[in-house]
Amino acid sequence: MKLFEFEAKDILRKYGIATPKGNIANNPNEAEVIAKEIGKPVVLKSQVLVSGRGKSGGIVFANDATEAKKVASNLIGSTIKGNIVNSLLVEEKLNIVEQLYASIIIDRQARRYVILASTSGGVDIEEIALASPERIARHWVDPAVGFSRHTAELMTAQFSDISQDDAAKFASIIDTLYKVTIDYDAELVEINPLAKTKSGEFVAADARIIADDNAVFRHPEFEGKSSLRVDDTPREAEARRQKLSYVDLSGDIGIIGNGAGLVMATMDLVHVFGGRAANFLDIGGGTQADVIKRGLMLVMSKPEVKAVLVNILGGITRCDIVAQGIVQGLEESSVKKPIAVRMMGTNEKEGAAILRQAGVSIYPDMETAAAEVLKL
Amino acid sequence: MKNIIDENSRVIVQGITGNEGRFHAEAMLRYGTKIVAGVTPGKGGQQVQGVLVYNTVSEAVSNHGANTSIIFVPARFAQSAVLEAIEAGIKTVVVITELIPQKDAIEFIAKAEKRGTIIVGPNTPGVISPLKRVKVGIMPDHIFRAGIVGIASRSGTLTYEIAWHISNAGLGQSTCVGIGGDAIVGLDFIKLLEMFRDDEETKGVVLVGEVGGKAEELAAQYISETNYPKPVVAYIAGRLAPPEKRMGHAGAIVMGNVGTAKSKIDAFTNAGVTVADKPSDIAKLLNI
Repeated sequence: MKLFEFEAKDILRKYGIATPKGNIANNPNEAEVIAKEIGKPVVLKSQVLVSGRGKSGGIVFANDATEAKKVASNLIGSTIKGNIVNSLLVEEKLNIVEQLYASIIIDRQARRYVILASTSGGVDIEEIALASPERIARHWVDPAVGFSRHTAELMTAQFSDISQDDAAKFASIIDTLYKVTIDYDAELVEINPLAKTKSGEFVAADARIIADDNAVFRHPEFEGKSSLRVDDTPREAEARRQKLSYVDLSGDIGIIGNGAGLVMATMDLVHVFGGRAANFLDIGGGTQADVIKRGLMLVMSKPEVKAVLVNILGGITRCDIVAQGIVQGLEESSVKKPIAVRMMGTNEKEGAAILRQAGVSIYPDMETAAAEVLKL
Repeated sequence: MKNIIDENSRVIVQGITGNEGRFHAEAMLRYGTKIVAGVTPGKGGQQVQGVLVYNTVSEAVSNHGANTSIIFVPARFAQSAVLEAIEAGIKTVVVITELIPQKDAIEFIAKAEKRGTIIVGPNTPGVISPLKRVKVGIMPDHIFRAGIVGIASRSGTLTYEIAWHISNAGLGQSTCVGIGGDAIVGLDFIKLLEMFRDDEETKGVVLVGEVGGKAEELAAQYISETNYPKPVVAYIAGRLAPPEKRMGHAGAIVMGNVGTAKSKIDAFTNAGVTVADKPSDIAKLLNI
């Protein structure tokens, strides 16, 4: 679950990390009021969850409150990479003398949190890694040991381009970021840039936090929000509401199956035979007929879909239940598209009988089914 | 295969009194697995399918010599269940539970490593050894046949699909291991490749990967650097997966340019590993 910048900054402030003076504006008038309170040049930052909003025109400076109102009326309601801007973070424009970088992410292969720090902030960490790898300090946290202020100090002591005093301040912020990561079950916490201002203060000019969806049970404040935090297409959002694991793709063959790997393999197989999948839909294991029905209706309602391929390998999933769901889905779909079904495993004979009675083509293996669906 | 499961596996089911635990305990017993006890806190003294239930893992270990555990407990209690098994001296812990927070998995996997405990999963269909007729998992076992191919996979039903083709080709399987669909898993492809190399029953290896992470790239590097002595065929699911979208599994997500199917297929191809385009091609590509 991606948090908005203003939410990430709210959390950082709770932990004593400085953020620019400012507030959230939901309309141009609020932006004007906030800018007036700040009383100096401001920056208006679109609160969207996509990266690269700056390059897409989503971050704009304004010299005074009147200009801020004008900028806000342009930004609010506009679209950045498909995401509508509903609110702006209006903040004082910082007087930045240096830009640093700090982040904590999960290294999947090492199965550890890795802490990255650099004195060359303001650009993507990948760019820093390419341009000046010697200016990145890395530390993999041993879960049995944890992370301490002392280790953070060892990291920042590697930088020859900052003073001892600044290295200590930087270390304190890195140490705090680790606490945030653990307390909020974060997959990513990033401050970029971490600005050193003219007055010598360290301020989180931008901040990102991604919280682990699986840990929402420990964070009641995120309850109910997690499903709204992703860059879904309208159909993906509808699927998420129905608790279906669905992804839109650009082709014209609807794909439904049980198990993520099998569904991906089915998509790939359609591609091998010269077709293109219109979607990914995993109905999961041990599924009830109603889930198949709703899944099939969702896929059939996509205008681009010409035909649907269902691939079920029954284990805990019963083929007869799936077949019932398919028949119900076909009956209730307002738009009916041709369908090919492959079913194998638990109760496959019973399932086949149900489908045959409903006139649905069934195939014993996924390759025949994938080849046939392209002819429908 | 020794060091994971074999005929000496004495298995406990943590969460045996729940629907899933009960259902699969029965299926494992039917297959031939030695289920020696169940564990559910507060349900000690009950019986499930004739299996005695204990409150704690350590009681099950001391009374029955259990060395293997399969975990069905809900995600929010999974970490404590896994840690209990590690502390009680269980050697192999198979974590079926999905949706476990990554922080929890990081922690229990690190602790398991320190104690020399093998963690399979989380979010795995488990392990089956058709050769020894031992199943510590949830897979439909009738698809599997005793044989010579070792399978390591990030998937569930796709593994069954591939195993089915290998059964039909008459090769059968020595051991199949689902390593789990999460981003953070314990036993990985490299450790399994080592085990399959040392396992006399295994004559060839199939790696079933998918988009997300770098596990396949690292496996390819390992195969190339160690001049791996047994034939390996790889299959990668998700060639058409768009970036930044989770494809069902928590771990199946392309981030930036990391984790694409192309990167994995290229890595295997460069390491001299054949990559199958279709599940049905795998058996003949093994060439054993």
